[in-house]
Amino acid sequence: MKKDIILCGVGGQGILSIATIIGEAATEAGINLKQAEVHGMSQRGGDVQSNLRLSTDPIWSDQIPTGETDVIISMEPMEALRYIGYLSPEGTIITNTKPFVNIPNYPDEAALMNELSEMNNVQLDIEAIATELKSPKSANMVLLGMAAPYIEVLSVEQLRKAVSVIFARKGEAVVEANLKAFDRGVEASKK
Amino acid sequence: MEKRLLLGDEAIALGAIHAGLSGVYAYPGTPSTEITEFIQTNKEAIEKGIRSRWCTNEKTAMEAALGMSYCGKRALVCMKHVGMNVCADAFVNSAITGVNGGLVVLAADDPSMHSSQNEQDSRFYGKFAMIPIFEPSNQQEAYDMMRTAFELSESLKEPVMLRVVTRLAHSRAAVTVGKAIDQNKLTPSTDNAHWVLLPGNARRNYLDLISKQEDMLKASYESNTNDMITINNSDNGKWMGIVACGIGYNYVREALNGIKNNETNYMILKITQYPLPTEAIQKMAAACKSILVVEDGQPVVEEEVKKLVNTSYKLEGRLTGKLPRTGELNPDNVSLALGKENKPVFDPAQNMAGRPPQLCQGCGHRDVYAAIGEVVKEYENARVFGDIGCYTLGALPPFKALASCVDMGASITMAKGAADAGLWPAIAVIGDSTFTHSGMTGLLDAVNDKSNVTIIISDNLTTGMTGGQDSAGLNKYEAICLGLGVEPEHVRVVVPLPKNMPEITQILREEINYKGVSVIIPRRECIQVAARHARERAKQNNK
Repeated sequence: MKKDIILCGVGGQGILSIATIIGEAATEAGINLKQAEVHGMSQRGGDVQSNLRLSTDPIWSDQIPTGETDVIISMEPMEALRYIGYLSPEGTIITNTKPFVNIPNYPDEAALMNELSEMNNVQLDIEAIATELKSPKSANMVLLGMAAPYIEVLSVEQLRKAVSVIFARKGEAVVEANLKAFDRGVEASKK
Repeated sequence: MEKRLLLGDEAIALGAIHAGLSGVYAYPGTPSTEITEFIQTNKEAIEKGIRSRWCTNEKTAMEAALGMSYCGKRALVCMKHVGMNVCADAFVNSAITGVNGGLVVLAADDPSMHSSQNEQDSRFYGKFAMIPIFEPSNQQEAYDMMRTAFELSESLKEPVMLRVVTRLAHSRAAVTVGKAIDQNKLTPSTDNAHWVLLPGNARRNYLDLISKQEDMLKASYESNTNDMITINNSDNGKWMGIVACGIGYNYVREALNGIKNNETNYMILKITQYPLPTEAIQKMAAACKSILVVEDGQPVVEEEVKKLVNTSYKLEGRLTGKLPRTGELNPDNVSLALGKENKPVFDPAQNMAGRPPQLCQGCGHRDVYAAIGEVVKEYENARVFGDIGCYTLGALPPFKALASCVDMGASITMAKGAADAGLWPAIAVIGDSTFTHSGMTGLLDAVNDKSNVTIIISDNLTTGMTGGQDSAGLNKYEAICLGLGVEPEHVRVVVPLPKNMPEITQILREEINYKGVSVIIPRRECIQVAARHARERAKQNNK
């Protein structure tokens, strides 16, 4: 069994912490993992993505072949669409709905959301939820929660546990806030 | 055995620590930076007192590492591929002196130029210096190879190169790690004839290096990661040969797994250590109808294999167009070369726009470019020569300020050359870290020539582009400029903030109009690093 995931967003949005948690869960569960990141110039407000491959069999390439991505997890709606060329026919997009506009030619929002809705997708304004939970920094954990039931190679419970492990050194309050955000994401995903 | 999730760079770093490393020497450069950063913060490395501070440039790094090796200790030098150009003099000559303690030169290449200005292949440098090259195919090999590389360096008494590419440097996987061995004792060399490269000594040493080539080739044959793998799909006798170097091997295996009802049989020679085991390739050519060379970077191996087979033999790779001539390998282009096309299922999105990188909001470089933009409008022929760093983004909209960006330090020297040719105003923009890396000598040339240039050292107190590493000249910039002979009244310091725009533009005009060398230093800390420092202070206060 395998799951090929593209994590994406805009440089600085925190996609790598999502990758770290999935990585922790995979290592704990003994699932093979390869995760290719982009560092350097593009982290300065440009588009960023990370290829994350999970499998019970050995993984060869660090990058996912075109048309084989199972899940796109995106911190930003237009960025989610950037990678649909890599998506498999049954693939799902899990995305934040709030645009990050730092370019003058950002597309029409209604048309963008319309195009996104035609895909197999789960969408949510994760920043609004995180603000509602009084924990704006944990928006990415809402997104991970939304994606959790789709990762399948790892259970929701395994991922939840990894959230506590990764945030443990930041204290109990931070762990609680992130678990709450994660749980809200899981809930939204099931609707 | 402990398993750890590590970036390729981190696997290299931990491998070195566990191989008895005594010092790492490096200048930051994507995709190599994380190796040194890992050693700087790793508890075990700190306890062992491994030397790890950033160097001023790759040449000082290479020479200091050679000095440590001279004393019998194991040293590692890390850089991005273009850093090899900077340290080439020391590097090539280190193969002539040979080494005492193990010396590993780590070059991280960047095919596709994700964060670089060219895609030169460091294996050429390894071949040029006539030393062994290691090229791991995955994170585990990267970790394990570090020890092998140090051992080979000490047994041959020569430096060895370890070459990686971006996709391995910046990809994470689980690595089984072992225990550290002790560092070497201090045993400075007494063999002056080997280290003093006077022509008489150098001629002897060069012959010595040539005589070691056979041992290097033998090591490639004995390597347990240079492997011949056969995949037998049918009895039809149809065999295809593949020479797969480094991570190219992974793409080959990925592609072959994806081909359904495949009736071709494959002989795959996985290359992770050079010199190239040529005899194995000749055997492959005899057994197979064709050979495909899969290598990331430039066609180094393909050119060598070409010499081993006759002209009518079907040899394919980047030179023949079977694989793209430029850019990195990926599962799709390797798959296509092996006969299977990976097609997208969905059409490209309609509502899409490019999102290029940009200077952070609030960054001091922005204010510098705003001021330059305003002032240069007033001069018909003004040209701004740029340099390597975050501020290269000043070439993109909305600033579109730069006329050039070539290599570390070239802003100052190109502005100088342009001024010599008669261009005015000739303005250079260079960062603080780039200035100490390779700008200072150019400034001395300009001073000696009384060149009519205006040099802007945009000082953000850090090496910003690579993530905020120490800047070698911190708090020394005025002193350096004065020491090199810039007149005190033409070394001007400003604070790049929107509210200071009238002052900055006025100073710019004054210094452009001065017929000689001026240095303007806009100084304000990188906002990313300032935020990190604030977090660190808050953490300290909470303790």
